[in-house]
Amino acid sequence: MGEPAVSMDVRQAGGSVAVVDIKGEVTAACEPVLMSAYEEASSAGAARVLLNFAGLEYMNSGGIGMLVTLLVRAGRQRQQLAACGLSEHYREIFELTRLDEAIAIYADEASALADAVR
Amino acid sequence: MSEQAVPDGVTPADQIGLAAREAQAAVQPRDAGSWAAKVDRLAVEPRAGVRGTNVAGKRLTGPVQGFGKMWEKSYSLNAGDVMTPQHAIATWKAHFPEFWPKGNRFSGALAGISPGDVALLDLAIGGGVKLSTGVFVLYADEESFTLMTPQGHMFAGWITFSAERAGEATVIRAHVLMRANDPLYELGMTFGGHSKEDRFWAETLTALGTRLGVPDPQVETRSTCVDNRRQWKHAGNIWHNSMLRSVFQTLATPFRRKRDHDRGQA
Repeated sequence: MGEPAVSMDVRQAGGSVAVVDIKGEVTAACEPVLMSAYEEASSAGAARVLLNFAGLEYMNSGGIGMLVTLLVRAGRQRQQLAACGLSEHYREIFELTRLDEAIAIYADEASALADAVR
Repeated sequence: MSEQAVPDGVTPADQIGLAAREAQAAVQPRDAGSWAAKVDRLAVEPRAGVRGTNVAGKRLTGPVQGFGKMWEKSYSLNAGDVMTPQHAIATWKAHFPEFWPKGNRFSGALAGISPGDVALLDLAIGGGVKLSTGVFVLYADEESFTLMTPQGHMFAGWITFSAERAGEATVIRAHVLMRANDPLYELGMTFGGHSKEDRFWAETLTALGTRLGVPDPQVETRSTCVDNRRQWKHAGNIWHNSMLRSVFQTLATPFRRKRDHDRGQA
């Protein structure tokens, strides 16, 4: 398995939301990177983890599978998982795979954060 | 600002639309052709050799919609250093049904496996009953393809078939992420279903390895329970249970034949 061509940077966005900025290619190969980012995001006690896909360039079915396992992890810790910045193409994939029934989708980070403070 | 000349028959509005479409095409990611287009419910046409029931009109189900514990299973085969992953996947796609264990039927599209195809399945479940269900081709590229299950299938989830280089060797893999679709299936999976499924994919990979010329193919199986909670809110999935429906459909066959015969004589 090759090196994952992805970066996942974590930042706290106020309230109890942590944002993971995903840039590059999401495949099964980047599971260690995603899980490490998730741990960093959770370490400050975030109740909601927002995956920002604005920099997403490629995703295969392995990447979608990885998001399901992340969803299980977040559920165990009673955290909400949300996504923003998805292009129309990737939004349709979330709908096709019915991941949108478990991961709240927002058009952009601002609307996700606005919803989080309500 | 200077005005640009407009070609004959093209209005500025058309140009704007064209520009927007070109811009969209330019930003389409390279995976765009590998994913199936969005569907809400499956549509299928009858196919020879399979009953073809319990699929039309059903929704797709992923692990999020399933009932039982969530399992991640991996069946892998070291295919040696001669063939490329692309060759292994091309062979698997082109001859997919031929590698299935005897007694089970997979009726896919004639062109092989392409995103958006729906395949109809008849699976041997014993007692002379065939479980009729199907799968949807969610994703397909040169190195992998993924099938997603409909409502009523034994499990809700995805199976990804892939091949990749691991050092010098090509490793072929079937990777399953699933939850049993309803309480009855969960019971069945707990009492023998998982081991039956393990045998199914091990036999499939062994048959593929033999076709690819792998000497003495050995399949390595790994199975992990990712989430041991059951999703009781999805217990109602049992309404779509294809096994129960297949049993009723099998029992009803003589009556349906008689009815059709009587209608033919009338």
